[in-house]
Amino acid sequence: MDLYEYQARDMFEKHGVPVLPGIVAETPAEARAAAEQLGGVVVVKAQVKVGGRGKAGGVKVAKTPDEAEAYAEAILGMDIKDHTVHRVMIAAGAAIAEEFYFSVLLDRAERRYLAMCSVEGGMEIEQLAVERPDALAKVAIDPLVGIDEAKAYEIVDEARFPADLRDQVAGVIQKLWTVYKEEDATLVEVNPLVRTEDGSIIALDGKVTLDENAEFRHADHAALEDKAAADPLEAKAKHMNLNYVKLDGSVGIIGNGAGLVMSTLDVVAYAGEQFGGQKPANFLDIGGGASAEVMANGLDVILHDPQVKSVFVNVFGGITSCVAVADGIVGALEALGDKATKPLVVRLDGNAVEDGRAILAHAAHPLVTIVETMDGAAAKAAELAAAAE
Amino acid sequence: MAIFLTAESKVIVQGMTGSEGMKHTQRMLASGTNVVGGVNPRKAGAEVEFPGDVLVPVYGTVAEAMEATGADVSVLFVPPPFTKSAVIEAVDAGMPLVVIITEGVPVADTAEFFAYAQSKGTRLIGPNCPGLITPGQSNVGITPANITGPGRIGLVSKSGTLTYQMMFELRDIGFTTAVGIGGDPIVGTTHIDCLEAFENDPETAAIVMIGEIGGDAEERAAAYIKEHVTKPVVGYVAGFEAPEGKTMGHAGAIVSGSAGTAQAKKEALEAAGVRVGKTPSETARLMREILTGA
Repeated sequence: MDLYEYQARDMFEKHGVPVLPGIVAETPAEARAAAEQLGGVVVVKAQVKVGGRGKAGGVKVAKTPDEAEAYAEAILGMDIKDHTVHRVMIAAGAAIAEEFYFSVLLDRAERRYLAMCSVEGGMEIEQLAVERPDALAKVAIDPLVGIDEAKAYEIVDEARFPADLRDQVAGVIQKLWTVYKEEDATLVEVNPLVRTEDGSIIALDGKVTLDENAEFRHADHAALEDKAAADPLEAKAKHMNLNYVKLDGSVGIIGNGAGLVMSTLDVVAYAGEQFGGQKPANFLDIGGGASAEVMANGLDVILHDPQVKSVFVNVFGGITSCVAVADGIVGALEALGDKATKPLVVRLDGNAVEDGRAILAHAAHPLVTIVETMDGAAAKAAELAAAAE
Repeated sequence: MAIFLTAESKVIVQGMTGSEGMKHTQRMLASGTNVVGGVNPRKAGAEVEFPGDVLVPVYGTVAEAMEATGADVSVLFVPPPFTKSAVIEAVDAGMPLVVIITEGVPVADTAEFFAYAQSKGTRLIGPNCPGLITPGQSNVGITPANITGPGRIGLVSKSGTLTYQMMFELRDIGFTTAVGIGGDPIVGTTHIDCLEAFENDPETAAIVMIGEIGGDAEERAAAYIKEHVTKPVVGYVAGFEAPEGKTMGHAGAIVSGSAGTAQAKKEALEAAGVRVGKTPSETARLMREILTGA
């Protein structure tokens, strides 16, 4: 889960990382009140989970509360790379002398962590890595040790910080490591980390990604989730404990196992090329050992997607029994009655496949077509979606 | 021969007395796995009865279980909050191979227990994986044992159900060992580890490698194949249609920017001489052509 900047700021503050005061506002009036409370020059910053907001006009310096209100008015509701701005953060202004960069993240390939640091901050890190690779220090972090004092100095020295800033920056890096470790983050990035004209080192902007697998030991993390921003069907699926992602196509997909479902999306898009470019409408994994109820819930979510013109149920029964899948399909169609209007293509293999197919054959629902192979079923589902357009 | 797991492997189950552990221990026993014990400190000394009058003793610790049985494989059906300590216990006991089925382990825990296991010489497989099967000999994890029998193909995959699908498609040829390495961002055993083991296994004639979006494990595997693998390799990559920045079930299956896309992985594999199928069925056909000329 990616956090908004204001959430990252709060989390930094909690762990002793130096940050500037900041107040989140959802209306221009709240922005004015925040600017009055902070006093002096403030920065109005769009809160979106995407980079490049400055260039898009989502960050403005306001000298008075009037200006803060006017800028908030302009920024709230703005579209930045398909993200609508629902909140701004009113941050205290700072006299910046220098900008640096720091991040710590998961290094999947090396199966440990990686710290990156540069005295040349401010620009996008991808750009820095390409244009000035020598200026970006990359230091491997042993998960069993973390960033202790010695490692923090190693990072600072690799990044070639001047001697008079070493202690201060090393201290901030150790606190940022505390955020990473204590909050079960997979990314903590500060860009820019700044030196102000009065000599303070401050995290001016923060990006934090949290590991959702670790939520069981972070009761407070659930509250950080932006429920309003979620797609309504995704929210409904999550409520039913279904692993669902909304996509843009016309063929609804249900399968078991993340890999098989991802493969099903590809096979449908591949088959769909012959039917006017039909694409998958969603990712939905009912998981291992799914019951008839889970199957029925999954169908319920997909059939409520107005973009769906046909549905492809693709199950390889490992632990999941094809009987449960067939029962789920028949049960869901019975419950829907006349409201079920979209054709279903079903491909079953594996555990109890004969019994599962027999249940579907016996029910003989007019909307259901059984196809034996995955490629054949994908083609059929794409064909039916094209025919319904 | 096979890789990592043979008929001689003696298997203990950490978390055997839980509901998932019970269910899958029963399935492992039914498929011929030599399950010699379970571990649960609160039930030490007990015996658990499984169908067919099989009694499996429960030990208080992994070390006690190893001492009593000579176990050389441990498989974990332990909930995520307790997985790290269970793995560390097995590593401390000197277990050579630990297979972690558990889904939902915090990646920081995996990073820590992987680093620890590596320092002590324990091989980990998983987490968030179906385990591995050497058909006709032993089955550790949750792979259905009745899909196919022993044969000449080695298989390594991030995905469980795609493993089953591929075993099913090539069931007439059969497999030496099929390893589900898991879909998490950090896994104990990689594609490369399995490619190396299959290359060295005289009974494996050809290798199927199944990857998916996220990370650069497939690209690294492609570079390894080019340098070190002489046996034919057929590949499949899932996730061409996955949108950027969205997690697709496997925590590792997330595309960020240009790296880690299915297209990049496919191209890297093809550049290394791997034939890559567009669908699982086409991938199976490519393998069939190589092994039977059909």
